[in-house]
Amino acid sequence: MDSPIVSAQGLRKRFGEFEALAGLDLAVPPGTVYGLLGPNGAGKSTAVRILSTLTRPTAGRATVAGFDVREHPGKVREAIGLAGQHAAMDEKLTGRENLRVFGKLARLGRRGARRRADELLERFELTEAADRQVSTYSGGMRRRIDLIASLLRAPSVLFLDEPTTGLDPRSRLEIWAIVRELVAAGATVLLTTQYLEEADQLASAVAVIDRGQVIAEGTPAQLKARIGSHIDVEVGSEDDLAEAGAILERMTGGQPRAEDLRIVTGVHGTAPSVPQIVRELDAAGVAIQDVGVRRPSLDDVFLTLTGRPAEAPAEQRTDEQPKQREKQEAAA
Amino acid sequence: MIVLADSLTLVERKLLQLRHQPGTLVAMLVMPAVMVVLFGYVFGSAIQVPGGGNYREYLMPGLFVMTSMFALSSAMVDVAADQSRGVTDRLRSMPTSRMAVPFGQTGADAVTGLFGLVILLACGLAIGWRVHDGLGRAVAAVGVLLLFRYTMSWVGTYLGLLLPSEQTADSLSPLTLPLSMLSNAFVPTDGMPAWLRAICEWNPISAAVAACRKLFGNPGVPAADGSWPLTHPLTATLLWAAVLLVVFVPLSVRRFARAGL
Repeated sequence: MDSPIVSAQGLRKRFGEFEALAGLDLAVPPGTVYGLLGPNGAGKSTAVRILSTLTRPTAGRATVAGFDVREHPGKVREAIGLAGQHAAMDEKLTGRENLRVFGKLARLGRRGARRRADELLERFELTEAADRQVSTYSGGMRRRIDLIASLLRAPSVLFLDEPTTGLDPRSRLEIWAIVRELVAAGATVLLTTQYLEEADQLASAVAVIDRGQVIAEGTPAQLKARIGSHIDVEVGSEDDLAEAGAILERMTGGQPRAEDLRIVTGVHGTAPSVPQIVRELDAAGVAIQDVGVRRPSLDDVFLTLTGRPAEAPAEQRTDEQPKQREKQEAAA
Repeated sequence: MIVLADSLTLVERKLLQLRHQPGTLVAMLVMPAVMVVLFGYVFGSAIQVPGGGNYREYLMPGLFVMTSMFALSSAMVDVAADQSRGVTDRLRSMPTSRMAVPFGQTGADAVTGLFGLVILLACGLAIGWRVHDGLGRAVAAVGVLLLFRYTMSWVGTYLGLLLPSEQTADSLSPLTLPLSMLSNAFVPTDGMPAWLRAICEWNPISAAVAACRKLFGNPGVPAADGSWPLTHPLTATLLWAAVLLVVFVPLSVRRFARAGL
């Protein structure tokens, strides 16, 4: 394996009494997307702030693109791009003007900044909105122009702090597409997210962070295998509950739990497919209302790894909504 | 060199903002006219200038200084907005000179401030305010006003960096108005209670106003037995500016470079 392009050893950060990072270790191989997954307040943003030289660690060491963040912050800044949770733009200026101003401040020169701004707007299909003030942009466009602004210097390492939090599904897909394109072109991306699905879609490796420490690391597939998935079965009447429960227990080796007419079964390893479940239940004469295999959410990850739920914000619940909608559509 | 180039880029940013907000420009034109009418004619009709003289000639230096004082609140709001929107963090994560940002922002304000001052000077001339002691001293007075404004925008920059949000800055900024009225800008201090009079006369604004009156040759020059800042207004204004700059420039630069630590 190549030596890591971003590395941290024993990073600590205290804010008064509160310890935001409690000995964080990271090693990000070049040319990959690395996900930092965790709920709000886990220390993800603090880690990104230290790696992008905005904050100094209380203890520990970190290097980015070969430079120590504490000793050579200037060199680090030349190699990185940062897009945070805001649209860090001058709202009164147009998208193009913002990119030109930031480009000049990023040492591209007047002409260089102009050329680079036009090129990026073209490449990421923002030319139509480019000459409108950023204050008129939609949430998704703001994030896109913000992400583009972090690419002005063609950074070798890009830090994305919750790039899609609060975005609608379509804008989220657009951001994902950009990230994939950048990595294909050779960049390394370190992104923080509260969504397991996002890490799954983008990252080749994930570190789960809790209370300022890495509590699990691996590929998304490894992580999911560790956490397993859930099978949701809804039966037609209470008489079928016991029968269905027994069948599910036999098929999965898990412990089915019944809530009203719903049976939830946690599965480790490979879950049986929906058709398999339907066939077995049908053969036993169980009337089925609904069957679904639920992929693990951040909550499941936390419940499994820490024994307590993620202290996630309200946005986390948007993960659930599409699933409910799918079910309603299936029922209709 | 890098500091200068980056500062100029930030000046350019400010000018671009103004181009997109013609409303701000109109306000810059209308506000002084409103104040001239309000203070010059509404209040002015009931105010006697000590030692005699036209109240509107007495008033104009007060308005010049008062509008320069607004640089404090505008810098505070701009800096707080950049900080709460993540623009400050973006700049700090780029190879931009960290010194350049506060210098660029205050420099940009000086450029727009000069523009506003020219408009206000024209308003003054239209209502009968005059320069009495020659062009040389008038240019010196404009210099004093710009220095005062520049000082105030550094104070505002530092305050903006301390504030948690743009909203806080917005709600604090109207306070500059009473602050600038606690002075000799609109009424003579002679009639005030002794404690208030002392506060007003030691307010840096009073020294700047008195210096302008002296340099422009306008009425309202205080009696020789007045307090030190008013009898030595030019020295007092320069001292105030020097002290405030020595304190707030390093504080702001340091705070900007280390914000969030």
